Amino acid sequence: MAILKVENLNKNFGKIRAIQKVSFEAPEGKVLSLLGPSGCGKTTTLRCIAGFENPDDGKIYLDNRDITNIPPEKRGIGMVFQNYALWPHMTVYGNLAFGLQIREISKEEINKRIKKVLEIVQLSGYEDRFPRQLSGGQQQRIAMARALVFEPEIMLLDEPLSNLDAKLREEMRFEFTEMQKKLGITAVYVTHDQAEALVISDKIVILDQGKIIQSGTPKEIYAHPINKFVAGFIAISSFMEGEIDSFIPEEKKVIIKTNDGLIIHGYNNNLSLGQKVAVTIRTNVIKFVEEKELDLQEKINIFRGKIIQASYLGNTIDYRIKIGRWEVRTNSDAKYNFRVGEEVFFYLPPEEIVITSLI
Amino acid sequence: MPKNWIIKTIEIIIFIIFLFFLLVPLLSTIIWSIALRWYWPNTFPQEIGLDYWLQALGMIKSLTLGAVNVIPAFLLSLGIAIIVVLLTMSIAIPAGYALAKLRIPKFLKGLILILFLLPRAFPQQPVFINLMLVFNKIGLTGTVGGVILVHLVVSIVYAVWITTSTFSSIPPELEEAARSVGASRIRSFLKITLPLSAPGLIASAVFVFLTSMDEFTGTFFIGIPFVTTLPMTLYSASGSNIQFASVIAILLLVPSILFMIIIQKFLKAEYLGGMGG
Repeated sequence: MAILKVENLNKNFGKIRAIQKVSFEAPEGKVLSLLGPSGCGKTTTLRCIAGFENPDDGKIYLDNRDITNIPPEKRGIGMVFQNYALWPHMTVYGNLAFGLQIREISKEEINKRIKKVLEIVQLSGYEDRFPRQLSGGQQQRIAMARALVFEPEIMLLDEPLSNLDAKLREEMRFEFTEMQKKLGITAVYVTHDQAEALVISDKIVILDQGKIIQSGTPKEIYAHPINKFVAGFIAISSFMEGEIDSFIPEEKKVIIKTNDGLIIHGYNNNLSLGQKVAVTIRTNVIKFVEEKELDLQEKINIFRGKIIQASYLGNTIDYRIKIGRWEVRTNSDAKYNFRVGEEVFFYLPPEEIVITSLI
Repeated sequence: MPKNWIIKTIEIIIFIIFLFFLLVPLLSTIIWSIALRWYWPNTFPQEIGLDYWLQALGMIKSLTLGAVNVIPAFLLSLGIAIIVVLLTMSIAIPAGYALAKLRIPKFLKGLILILFLLPRAFPQQPVFINLMLVFNKIGLTGTVGGVILVHLVVSIVYAVWITTSTFSSIPPELEEAARSVGASRIRSFLKITLPLSAPGLIASAVFVFLTSMDEFTGTFFIGIPFVTTLPMTLYSASGSNIQFASVIAILLLVPSILFMIIIQKFLKAEYLGGMGG
């Protein structure tokens, strides 16, 4: 097991600056996710670590060993590809044995290891199948097994679950986490799916346009996104924008005034007076208030809005509400049954909304 | 389902017409090759026998039938074709791999492909006459080596184009996966890319082989008078003796049919499965 360190990685493709000054450290035995929208440079970063791309600049260390210029086959890094890249002309056994045969391991040992790795991915007895005889999920597991069977120091995964259907994808997240914890292998996981990243990661690095925007544990990033981009990327959210109007120091509160005159109270210690900010409203924070209850409330962060869309989702209803010039989305309990066009009152708890700088 | 029935019938009719166009010329060639006497207005030869076959294959030596011995010509053609295949493929495989897999600028890639096409992009006779003048100066006309070079020029464009598209069709991740588990670049190529591209490479080699076996124009200008391949023999026989011409024409078909059988055996389902990705 190993620590992977990436320092000031730069890579350009012609005029396109794929990654700029990317630095991070993958903790030993943990999962680090590179999260970002497509084209953010996460795959390029992974391919630099694997050795398929040469960075223009920067260093990659594996256990303090500089591997920046070592060819991929000498790095001892297992990789799982998005489309699995199983060799179609070889059986499962052939796919798994290939890397071991190169290492001139005895046949008995190879058989033993393949048996063990197939047990780990729960596909015992599939040795003689060809990849085309396996389902997508099974191919994915074999790809995982192939990356593990030669006992690499670290494992790279390039959107390994993105080709699976939604239900299977969710199951595989837990299976992957369980397997990774059991083996204690260091993993770098590339994904554009924030839910996946939150579930499987010990540490998340968020990239956008080739640069690292924020890194931290899933909880840190979810609770304290550094800006509007991260806030919007890490969870489905609606936004209201405004600027810091004043502070309430004794309560550590900030008061934000939107440019259409709404006053919103929230918490954030790192902002200055007059700064442009985004108020992030996640789908679960809005509390509907009945008109007769209005007097009982604190009177702050209570807004009047109009339902403009309602989508029934079974146990919840998804409402889009218009407040002033803003539109917010909420996923509320099905007991609130509003009609489109109806006027509603709702409360935004200051501790649950997230105030971030705009950029 | 009456519509289905009509479509089936039309399919069968079209198939029969195809067979007709394919087989009737061949049938007439076969009949000609065994016709000893066949004069107008008879529909079929008055006298048939294997005399021309035996004479052509050198099994009898009749003075009345004329002295055509196709066996040396056949062996020469076969030898030339095999050498041409080996040479062409040993250029086309690395060239195709480089064009498909390495990061070569687009314009350069186009330039290289056009360069290979260039000898075939003009009317062939002027190209070969010029080639003959050049080969004359360096003493290559009338030699087997010169003929091999001509065949190489003729066939390499197809070979490079087919191998390039074959290698392009193999996803790069397959080789990358091999490298990530510890295989060197060469090993990844030999164990992953090469077996997966086998169908395309064999198709390319067969194409080169058949092109060389059939090649006439270039051989004519460069090879005469000393290099008489099977098509050259066919040409000289076709003016005077249609029976010999028919025998040679059928002999020229033999390697193609043999190759088709070999390919069928060689193209295992696994390889075809690989082509689909």
